[in-house]
Amino acid sequence: MYENIRVETHGQVGLVRLNRPKQLNALNTATLGELAQAIGAFEQDGGIGAMVITGNERVFAAGADIAEFQQTSLAELMRGLRADQYEVLRKVRKPLIAAVSGYAYGGGCELAMLCDLIVASDTARFAQPEINLGIIPGGGGTQRLTRQVGKYLAMEVILAGRVLSAWEALQHGLVNRVVPVELYLEEALELAQTIAERAPLAARLAKDAINRAQDMSLEHGLGLERSNFLIAFGSEDKQEGTSAFLEKRKPQWKGR
Amino acid sequence: MEVLLREAKDGILTLTMNRPETINALTTEMLRELGKAIKEASAPEVRVVVLQGAGRGFCSGQDLREFAGQRISYKNHLRNYRSVVEGLAGLEKPVIAAIHGAAAGAGLSLALACDLRIASADAVLTTGFSKIGLIPDAGMNYHLPRMVGYARAFELAVLSGRIKAEEALALGLVNRVVPTEAFAEEVAHLARELAQGPTKTYGLIKRALRRSASASLEEMLEYEALLQEVAGRSEDHQEGLQAFYEKRPPRFQGR
Repeated sequence: MYENIRVETHGQVGLVRLNRPKQLNALNTATLGELAQAIGAFEQDGGIGAMVITGNERVFAAGADIAEFQQTSLAELMRGLRADQYEVLRKVRKPLIAAVSGYAYGGGCELAMLCDLIVASDTARFAQPEINLGIIPGGGGTQRLTRQVGKYLAMEVILAGRVLSAWEALQHGLVNRVVPVELYLEEALELAQTIAERAPLAARLAKDAINRAQDMSLEHGLGLERSNFLIAFGSEDKQEGTSAFLEKRKPQWKGR
Repeated sequence: MEVLLREAKDGILTLTMNRPETINALTTEMLRELGKAIKEASAPEVRVVVLQGAGRGFCSGQDLREFAGQRISYKNHLRNYRSVVEGLAGLEKPVIAAIHGAAAGAGLSLALACDLRIASADAVLTTGFSKIGLIPDAGMNYHLPRMVGYARAFELAVLSGRIKAEEALALGLVNRVVPTEAFAEEVAHLARELAQGPTKTYGLIKRALRRSASASLEEMLEYEALLQEVAGRSEDHQEGLQAFYEKRPPRFQGR
């Protein structure tokens, strides 16, 4: 059983709710560990096609656990437990969706950006305030925010502590959609279910190609896409998908 | 003496700016109090907010004597206004500005940030700022052209003329003008009517219209469909339907 998160299944979607409301869902090592474990379990679950991570209406996650940070020595941090947990989440092959409402600050913003899609409520706010503690983002913030919104805005967010509203985040391409706060989780689950109903192997191959696009030259990226395309082309699901299309019926995916 | 009076009754929160000797000129203290009161107004038992002035008029704007003889940073001082204006715009329930007598400068700005303006026949509005070499602030540059269009907004901001109630009505600056002697009663009547309405839905309408000021048709169609989904699940919608079928007046709860 988990202490810091709650895990649910909705159709073919695995949902993880961060559940440390008193600590504003601060991402301490234990919580990150449970999150990595729960997402890892969904990854292995054949009935699950996509995962959603959420907090509550008021706060997605308000950063790392400052009290824990204050007590943590450099040597302890260098053992890399936190980094390993982030890596587990990063390497998930099934699509991962963040449903963000309220504060996504520091580690919370980084956790959202680690996901493949972000559905934001109209009350969502994104920030990287680590510099106020004399540190910098350590969960991918400097890299992912910069890739997403560009150098200049990233500098302002990370160096000057600028907070982005949901609509600003949408304008700068940091989120997929902004929806009324009353419906953000439902909309995220619906989007996740839509994706979960697609051919699982193809979804995995597409996610892989898109995520690696940012690290590659166009030439290498096109080469990777071609490889992934050929893998998808050789799948049973390709036979099923094309047949179903021609026979005007719904495809039955096998995931191979 | 308190610079802002608060009275809550039957779902109506009435905020009265209370520095009558200066026609309720706005001070830092009053702005802080307004900011706090608007935040507290998000409580569910408040269904409508009325903003009004004590004494002779609504509000004469920033108290110029507050900083007399000092060099102040307008940029910094305007942060005090920002939370009030954002508070009024973001509060998901109807806010009525009840304007009698003068509404000038930032006083007019605050009135424009409300959702409805009801004016007494003796009301006189003016942007005022340009008369002392300043530009409109406290959100007036946002709200004014959206209400009256660019050309009229420019004229009103540059010439700072006195706009009488009937003229303000023709311009679309106020929603209604009522006789001076019936003003208090008409304000109360409007507030009561709103307070008995589906106020959660009013809040959603406000969210939709506020968003529409900076959204495309496509974005608005998508967003309004979601807001309608929220409204469609409200108790008040069920009650509205039920009352319609039963041919009786609805009893809305604001939920």
